[in-house]
Amino acid sequence: MSLTIEKSPTTGDETIENYTINFGPQHPAAHGVLRLVMEMDGEIIERMDPHIGLLHRGTEKLIEYKTYLQALPYFDRLDYCSPLGMEHSYVLAIEKLLNVEVPLRAQYLRVFFAELTRICNHMLNLGSHVMDVGAMTPNLWMFEIREDCLNFFERASGARMHSAYFRPGGVHQDVPLKLLTDIGDWLDKRMPKLFEDAISLVADNRIFKQRNVDIATVSKEDAVKWGFSGPMIRGSGIAWDIRKSQPYDVYDRMEFDVPVGTKGDCYDRFMVRVEEVRQSVRIMKQCLQQMPEGPVCSEDRKVSPPKRAEMKQSMEALIHHFKLYTEGFHVPAGQVYVATESPKGEFGVYLVADGTNKPYRCKIRPTAFSHLQAMEMMSKGHMLADTTAIIGAIDVVFGECDR
Amino acid sequence: MAHSAPLITKPKGTNAAIKKALGKNLVQLIEANDEIGLLVKRDALVDVMTALRDECEYQQLVEIAGVDWPSRSPRFEVVYCLLSLTKNHRIRVHVETDESDPVPSVTGIWPVAGWLEREVFDMYGVLFSGNNDLRRILTDYGFEGHPQRKDFPLTGYTELRYSEEEKRVKYEPVKLAQDFRSFDFMSPWEGADYILPGDEKAPAAPPPPPPSPTVATPKTTGTPAKTGAGAKANKTAAKTTKGAPKAVKPETAKPRGAKK
Repeated sequence: MSLTIEKSPTTGDETIENYTINFGPQHPAAHGVLRLVMEMDGEIIERMDPHIGLLHRGTEKLIEYKTYLQALPYFDRLDYCSPLGMEHSYVLAIEKLLNVEVPLRAQYLRVFFAELTRICNHMLNLGSHVMDVGAMTPNLWMFEIREDCLNFFERASGARMHSAYFRPGGVHQDVPLKLLTDIGDWLDKRMPKLFEDAISLVADNRIFKQRNVDIATVSKEDAVKWGFSGPMIRGSGIAWDIRKSQPYDVYDRMEFDVPVGTKGDCYDRFMVRVEEVRQSVRIMKQCLQQMPEGPVCSEDRKVSPPKRAEMKQSMEALIHHFKLYTEGFHVPAGQVYVATESPKGEFGVYLVADGTNKPYRCKIRPTAFSHLQAMEMMSKGHMLADTTAIIGAIDVVFGECDR
Repeated sequence: MAHSAPLITKPKGTNAAIKKALGKNLVQLIEANDEIGLLVKRDALVDVMTALRDECEYQQLVEIAGVDWPSRSPRFEVVYCLLSLTKNHRIRVHVETDESDPVPSVTGIWPVAGWLEREVFDMYGVLFSGNNDLRRILTDYGFEGHPQRKDFPLTGYTELRYSEEEKRVKYEPVKLAQDFRSFDFMSPWEGADYILPGDEKAPAAPPPPPPSPTVATPKTTGTPAKTGAGAKANKTAAKTTKGAPKAVKPETAKPRGAKK
């Protein structure tokens, strides 16, 4: 990658200087409300200053005023493209502080739906990345898959996007057998067909490669220094996946491969995500095969509420239900940092508990924050039109970045 | 091992290696919840971080979080989460600071620290010396205050709306139609220190009178002459009035209307 930039041409006494342009915050290729202030030399980016925070809603502040359970739905609204990935870190952080054991079926269900979330998220990102660089059809096909995913979420939790399905101690409710068989059929037939069809249009496409290969190459050293994670660090050739290296729930029982890129450009990041979708399908199939019967939430009544039927019979259950939904459970004082492999990278929750029923401090480690910071490093010397490809390959969602 | 949070095995000899690398700069090493937290000296932060990166292989700075402890002095805590990709381990580094004392910036070690420090500055007002781009990052252009501090109200101070008359966005002080509802879940028998509603208006109870000093011979009034009151001035007043009601014995007293 060596672009030599010519000195600004002069006309007589007048010097044509670099000029600054504003990109966004309302731009379809910005994937949300991103404002970029770019200093351009002709069509080449000299400097770039991303302005974020236009979607800042004070989630961390709000969480400090809510009980642990009331704070959970805020996590759906962070990265609204992969809600369950966000919830996963949060419930694991609470469970680590409480040291609650989660029933095996609940762990399988969590892994199963976390991987469905990954597919759902990658469909949106791959599709819009392709569309940002000029193709329309794959996006429409991949949205069909996404639509199927959202319907599955609705059947499991009642909500298409903001599921609030993972709870401290397990999941909210069990899934019907028909849903699991339907997802199994979908994974065997419909999903691979649609997905491979869509990817076959772009993976070897000449125009797509021209727009992505050798764009924003990031070396291994840079990827570590700039705090990359997830597909971004794997795209740069570092085989780092928290699901493998620090397994949570039942990921240690799953067999899957970690794809890595070779050059660290936008095309590598794209293809890493494509392969991750295939691996997610593999994990989900293993979950379906291995998932045992049993309870889906902890039996510890001081953490998870009793069944409604039980409440009609038992005074004790009624009291527990009332206490859990008014006061909530108290978490022993302590601090933990728990990070999981969300579809976009390392999503961490640094939770400080002070022994009450509300978090004292809940710092959310967004994935896009560090990736977006490296925008200037990645796009320096590139053309203006490459910006959209770079943003697309970062996979940025502003609900999460701005919190 | 009961919970199912990410499994992190601590490599052997981690604590000793950290203690050796940090030396005097390490104030305290706290191990809780299977995680290591290091409280280090603020002024030596850059040395500490360089040692942790180069000698202990914590290559990646993942996160910088601020925490506000209004009751402590110094007030703020800045928490750095580090990750070792080679040893597959995480640690946290804590430093303490207050509103005026800056924390040395680690942007020279990790460029990713730039925005992370900006966020802590924006949210808490913690200063970082050496970060040459310490602008606000998440809050609005022209925002005042540091919203994550515990004394900053949840609703903030200003709200904005689009004014149809003036054709622009207007900033106005927050007007709440309803008070923020905060519930007190502390039960009285768990040591709640209650102030009952309305109690704060009552003046504080007067302090108990100081105990009177003990005197060897208590002062007494001996005779009527010594009282200083003098003789009775009006003799008729001393006489008992004719027809005055006699004192009724309690046993014989009957309530009114109880004649029968």
